[in-house]
Amino acid sequence: MAVTVSIPTALRQYADGRASVELAGGPVGQLLANLVEQYPQLGRQLYGDGGQLRSFVNVYVGDEDIRYLQGANTIVPDGETVSIIPAIAGGNVQTFKRSNV
Amino acid sequence: MTNNSLSNEEIRRYSRHLILPEFGMTGQRRVKHGSVLLIGTGGLGSPLALYLAAAGVGHLGLVDFDVVDESNLQRQIVHGTSTLGIAKTESARRRLRDLNPHIEITTYEEQMTSENALELMRPYDVIVDGTDNFPTRYLTNDASVMLGKPNVYGSIFRFEGQATVFYPKEGGPCYRCLYPEPPPPGLVPSCAEGGVLGVLPGVIGTIQATETLKLLAGIGEPLVGRLLLYDALSMRFRELKLRRNPDCPVCGEHPTVTELIDYEQFCGIIPEPMRASAYEITPVEVSEWLHSDDPPFLLDVREPNEWEIGHLPDAMRISVNELQGRLNELDTAREMVVYCRSGVRSGRAVDMLRQAGFRKVKNMTGGILRWADEVDPSIPKY
Repeated sequence: MAVTVSIPTALRQYADGRASVELAGGPVGQLLANLVEQYPQLGRQLYGDGGQLRSFVNVYVGDEDIRYLQGANTIVPDGETVSIIPAIAGGNVQTFKRSNV
Repeated sequence: MTNNSLSNEEIRRYSRHLILPEFGMTGQRRVKHGSVLLIGTGGLGSPLALYLAAAGVGHLGLVDFDVVDESNLQRQIVHGTSTLGIAKTESARRRLRDLNPHIEITTYEEQMTSENALELMRPYDVIVDGTDNFPTRYLTNDASVMLGKPNVYGSIFRFEGQATVFYPKEGGPCYRCLYPEPPPPGLVPSCAEGGVLGVLPGVIGTIQATETLKLLAGIGEPLVGRLLLYDALSMRFRELKLRRNPDCPVCGEHPTVTELIDYEQFCGIIPEPMRASAYEITPVEVSEWLHSDDPPFLLDVREPNEWEIGHLPDAMRISVNELQGRLNELDTAREMVVYCRSGVRSGRAVDMLRQAGFRKVKNMTGGILRWADEVDPSIPKY
């Protein structure tokens, strides 16, 4: 049994269009590092220049935010789901002066 | 009658609510005396406005400064072909007036800003976030927290949606607890770039309408502290726990943001005039250049499905996301014009190309949309 990492729509283009990826269990930080190794383009989306998880990307193990567990050291047991949940706004990020959701 | 503020006409209209034991006369009276400010009358705002008006919310405020455009009608169901080109607030008012003449509707045909947000929100019981951009989302959040009002949140992208109720006054988290900072512009594609399934805002907006009615009527268990996720393609709903961040800059124990800020700056949005205009070129100039003896190379950075809708003759297509890996296919010595739908992605592509050493590259301002307006109307706008 492996761990399922669910990839949100907004980031699928950086993961060959995959909606989910199966990886071996372990600490969630290591698991995400393995994911980025497999899909290097995801790295820039998930991590800032200092290597920390970006503040508009949250990672959940099951239904709990890792910020309220043990962060990157949170152990993901086999069979569990890891979700990457980025902030989504809907419409045009660039032009504040529009509202066509 | 002191204990019954509903007219016989209203009782007939709301009878299906009144016979619900959990709702009844008490719930309906609360809804009638309630007020809701809808920020945005677009994809999310349409079903919200329709259902809240139909349900008899006594006072609905609508904030939007946009006008109804043909490309809105695939999902913005409060508007119609007969109101194309009209202000969205006015278009919505006409439809809602027909739907329910018993309610009060106030329209604000203006942009919500840090200057007017608190005044706009103050008279209303519930704030509903039907906006489509990060600056307005953070503004809506911060102002709601400062006023102690519930903020019914919904957000959509392509086939995916999120919904929750932010209500720090009642112990729940706020949007900043969830996402302390927004993504830099351009990192996450927008709906205008990425598309959206028309019925998706219908599902999320209807969930927001449900939560708004529950808050007003005082029934059920509100969606506070839970983030509801919806994926239309797999047709799955999931729920994640949202926790209040004690260090939150807005709703935390020691807030550092105590007044509204410049949200465009917070979201890293550079005002248009600050963009390097030396790298911009208008469609008319591009057209003249293409007809000269030394035409530039045209690079289209859109996706294949957009190319299929229409493209400029003799252009080459490389998606903006693939560009970095395919620079070797391009000639640094050649004059190049980059375009996309509206000029945003191509602007990013030009920045990237310049950093990679391409000196002779320009961005076609306004993209293929402006090309269709000013050069070739036979190219479809989408």
